[in-house]
Amino acid sequence: MSVVLVGISHHQAPVELRERAALDPERARELARRLAGERGEAVCLSTCNRTELYLAEDSPDEAERKAEAALLALEEELGPSLYRLRDEAAALHLFRVAAGLDSMVPGEGEILGQVRGAHHLGATGPILDRLFRDALHAGKKARTETAIGESPASVSSAAAALAEQVFGELGGRSVLVVGAGEAGELAIKSLAARGAVIAFVANRTPERAQELTRRYGGTPLSLDRVAGNLEHVDVVLSSTSSPDWMLSRAEVERTLHARRGRPLFLIDLAVPRDLDPAIHELDGCYLYDIDDLEAVVAETLAGRRREAERAESIVDAEAERFREWQASLDVVPAIASLRARAEEIRTAELDRAKLSGAERRAAESVTAAVLNKLLHLPTIRMKQAAAAADGVIYADAVRHLFGLEDER
Amino acid sequence: LAEFLFWPALLAYGEAAVAYFGEARQPGRAGWAATWGVRIGWLVQTALLGVQAARSDGFPWSTWGGSLNLFVWLVVGAYLIWGCRPRYRLLGLAVLPLAVVLFALARIGGGTGTEGQSHYSNLFLVLHVGLVLAAFAGFTLAAGLSALYLWQERRLKRHERSILRVRAPALAKLDDVAARTIAFALPALTFGIAVGIVRLEDRGGGYDALMAVTVLTWAVYAGYLALRHFAGWRGRRAAYLVLAGFALVVVVRLALPVTHFAA
Repeated sequence: MSVVLVGISHHQAPVELRERAALDPERARELARRLAGERGEAVCLSTCNRTELYLAEDSPDEAERKAEAALLALEEELGPSLYRLRDEAAALHLFRVAAGLDSMVPGEGEILGQVRGAHHLGATGPILDRLFRDALHAGKKARTETAIGESPASVSSAAAALAEQVFGELGGRSVLVVGAGEAGELAIKSLAARGAVIAFVANRTPERAQELTRRYGGTPLSLDRVAGNLEHVDVVLSSTSSPDWMLSRAEVERTLHARRGRPLFLIDLAVPRDLDPAIHELDGCYLYDIDDLEAVVAETLAGRRREAERAESIVDAEAERFREWQASLDVVPAIASLRARAEEIRTAELDRAKLSGAERRAAESVTAAVLNKLLHLPTIRMKQAAAAADGVIYADAVRHLFGLEDER
Repeated sequence: LAEFLFWPALLAYGEAAVAYFGEARQPGRAGWAATWGVRIGWLVQTALLGVQAARSDGFPWSTWGGSLNLFVWLVVGAYLIWGCRPRYRLLGLAVLPLAVVLFALARIGGGTGTEGQSHYSNLFLVLHVGLVLAAFAGFTLAAGLSALYLWQERRLKRHERSILRVRAPALAKLDDVAARTIAFALPALTFGIAVGIVRLEDRGGGYDALMAVTVLTWAVYAGYLALRHFAGWRGRRAAYLVLAGFALVVVVRLALPVTHFAA
């Protein structure tokens, strides 16, 4: 059986095409069932970056044709963007996908769950089940043995990660949000996802502040009450479109005594900036503006790319293991036939000997041991030959030498 | 046997110290090698102390070199409580090079052999030397945590780009753990000093410079805890105060013991 992959991804297809080929879970399940048919296997992997069909069939050409037709039925214009891979190349591709090495942001974590979901929804048999399980293993291994997925890849997650560098876990830390724009909301999500509590939301328009407090909790504030509430919070997140400082150094300095040494982390996502840069000079105050955050993200992305090189070698090794396993399947029927024939002869000869109960048991034990020892080396050698791509030749030779042709 | 155990322990600590520098440059395998270096070194040194205890007639660490040997074991043991956690590995940069130097000095001072004997009673030595050394080990660890705090704080203040690549423990955590370590170490020092004073009153004898500096050390750490509790001292100022206290610990450990042990 061969593995065939036909798909599109963000490398060749723009989002306008990808969105037309996207499959929701129900359609992915239904398409997998239809493509697998009676004897085949199929899995549909559909994410925002890719739609890929994996098939395992005896005829790779036929499988490829079916997969292409299925994708073109979703969107006719996909043709030039389609890629087609088989066996080792298809396996290596899936392993790289699972490890996040084929993603827009190297090492992004979401893809592993998407591969797992596709596996569950697929119509799998021995080949694709093994392929997807190995891919998930390779993806996890790449993430645990390298730092490819550790660092934040966006400004909002970098801001939350930097807050953790000051406070440790953010559970229970309170946040004052100044300005309720879109950029600010992404940062709120990142902070809240790490357990931070949104204590206050201050905004020029009270309606928008109330809308955010309904979603994330906290108390709406007017902008003139921001400085007065500084002593109650650990993090200040500002993203207004105001041309003036929302907080000056003097305003922050006045609260330091009441804070009793508790650090204050300030995130300024606004351009022009909302927070007086001189706040950063105060003891226990750490202010990061948009440029500082983008510089941190650039460094962490460079780090991810460096780690990606190490992850590639892990994925290569795992793909090689899958290739060896798949190749060994070529010789498994020949090995099984050889062992069955030997066992048949052994049993027939023991029956012919007409032995007593005790004699029979002794002879059973001795002949079984002889048989196992005799067949052990040929079995190992055939599996090794299969891994080195000579498996079919060896399997044919064994069938010919032992007269197993009829059992093919 | 003690000689046989000293070198592997020193080698393991040395390997860990070098590996921690590698970890600071590129986190990963070096940190793993460093952690195992510390673990193995500490286990071998434990065996060395066991051999010394079994072969000696009396408390074997009453000499300057011997007490240094025990001190290194306590410092590394205290470090192992946190140091095996990936975020705290960088603390090893402060602790392990110091441990290597002090362990080598302990050998030069004759503190790693089995021939040492003392004319003091075992109970007195266990209580006095043991408690004071345990306290000093705690202060050493707190100094390492404070040094790491200042380094991490400087990176945040300078907006260093690599701050999320080479990660250190959070500032608040470092500050808190240093304070807790001192809160455990200070009572030990208090009891250790009290045992020494009681014996001095009982048997007679004069006060020396070491005792004065030790009491001054106690005052600095007691002041640290008081300022933290009553005046909200945290962060950079508190870290500098811990390091000032540690400077006195270094003076007590290295400069003055010659006179104290001679007495």
